[in-house]
Amino acid sequence: MSTHAASSTSRKHKSLFTKMAMLTVSRPPLGGFSFENCKRNAVLEGEVNKVGCSLPTARKTGTTICGVVFKDGVVLGADTRATEGMVVADKNCSKIHYISPNIYCCGAGTAADTEMTTQIISSNLELHGLSTGRLPRVATANRMLKQMLFRYQGYIGAALVLGGVDCNGPHLYSIYPHGSTDKLPYVTMGSGSLAAMAVFEDRYKPDMEEEAAKQLVRDAIAAGIFNDLGSGSNIDLCVITKGKVDYIRPHDEANKKGIRTGDYKYKGGTTGVLTKVVTPLDLELVDESVQTMDTS
Amino acid sequence: MNTRGLRSQLKDSIPVAGLCPQGQYGVQDSLRSGFTSAKNELLPSHPLELSEKNFQLNQDKMNFSTLRNIQGLHAPLKLQMEYRAARQIQRLPFLPSSNLALDTLRGSDESIGFEDILNDPAQSEMMGEPHMMVEYKLGLL
Repeated sequence: MSTHAASSTSRKHKSLFTKMAMLTVSRPPLGGFSFENCKRNAVLEGEVNKVGCSLPTARKTGTTICGVVFKDGVVLGADTRATEGMVVADKNCSKIHYISPNIYCCGAGTAADTEMTTQIISSNLELHGLSTGRLPRVATANRMLKQMLFRYQGYIGAALVLGGVDCNGPHLYSIYPHGSTDKLPYVTMGSGSLAAMAVFEDRYKPDMEEEAAKQLVRDAIAAGIFNDLGSGSNIDLCVITKGKVDYIRPHDEANKKGIRTGDYKYKGGTTGVLTKVVTPLDLELVDESVQTMDTS
Repeated sequence: MNTRGLRSQLKDSIPVAGLCPQGQYGVQDSLRSGFTSAKNELLPSHPLELSEKNFQLNQDKMNFSTLRNIQGLHAPLKLQMEYRAARQIQRLPFLPSSNLALDTLRGSDESIGFEDILNDPAQSEMMGEPHMMVEYKLGLL
């Protein structure tokens, strides 16, 4: 195994007392996460808390996402609000991510984590599909996701609803940040999951038609939007059937921004004119100079 | 060939952190690594740090033991010999190596992970001093 000296090496003292150069020998730099700044961040957080402020938080998608299996496929639904603490960071963000032509994934939790995780798994599935020569299966995506999330022990905050149609029919999985997965006919995730699950528990029937399934998912997401502060704005739907994907964005605008009923501009003629005096200004030409621009 | 050089090529590189300060000229580098304390050097700064550092090793160990249980002793033995041979194909010590043969053997040429996206060693901003590193590798230091 070849050895590498770290970048911080001191100059070799070419003196009579041949002092050994101070080297720190370390392994070659690996890619991936670097934990160099963790200690510094912990110290900074302690300092900042003493003063009374707090460090900036990551942008989350306090969310309602859900999915349902119907007769010919899978319907996935999501709201479109991204929050940063108590402020709405994005009024119309897209939470249904593409994994492969027949598999889509909704993501709740830290926005960056869900983005990057789904993109990495999408690339891996594409490479895998090129290797096998077949359309990828939902179970493959599920296993890749759960192995990656378990490796990072929940520090990657991505809660996902994975759905798609492959050679074995329609499948729906829910994946939690620590790496556990569930295969179910209907799932909800996110801060609005309880509201959406209430709607599902009441009205879900096995083998629904496509329109009924779309209406059910729309109602579940609407329940999340109206009853949870972390979810809001529009409802996005994704209907996946064998050979066809319908990405409906937006399917329904649940929260419309209000129309202004009044106007502060006065119409012309509001103020009556009493008198009018016109004074022409006589200006005489004193000097004229031309400055050429350097257009070379 | 210089036997001392051969010995330094065969030995594993052991991180010698904490015993000598990390900065230039042997002085503490407070800007980059913060204040020192023995506790800081001994404990990992993040719960995932240790598991990530040894992740590839542990994966290989697990795969080899499974292979041994399924296919017998010779399968992992032969593979490990090929790994050793592939690991020796490197550029000069201060240049980043592609490790193509090793990646192909492991099967990681067909997958993308965080180690390919974040902190790509080929785009690292720091480089070791070429003369020192080659001299160290050949045991001339």
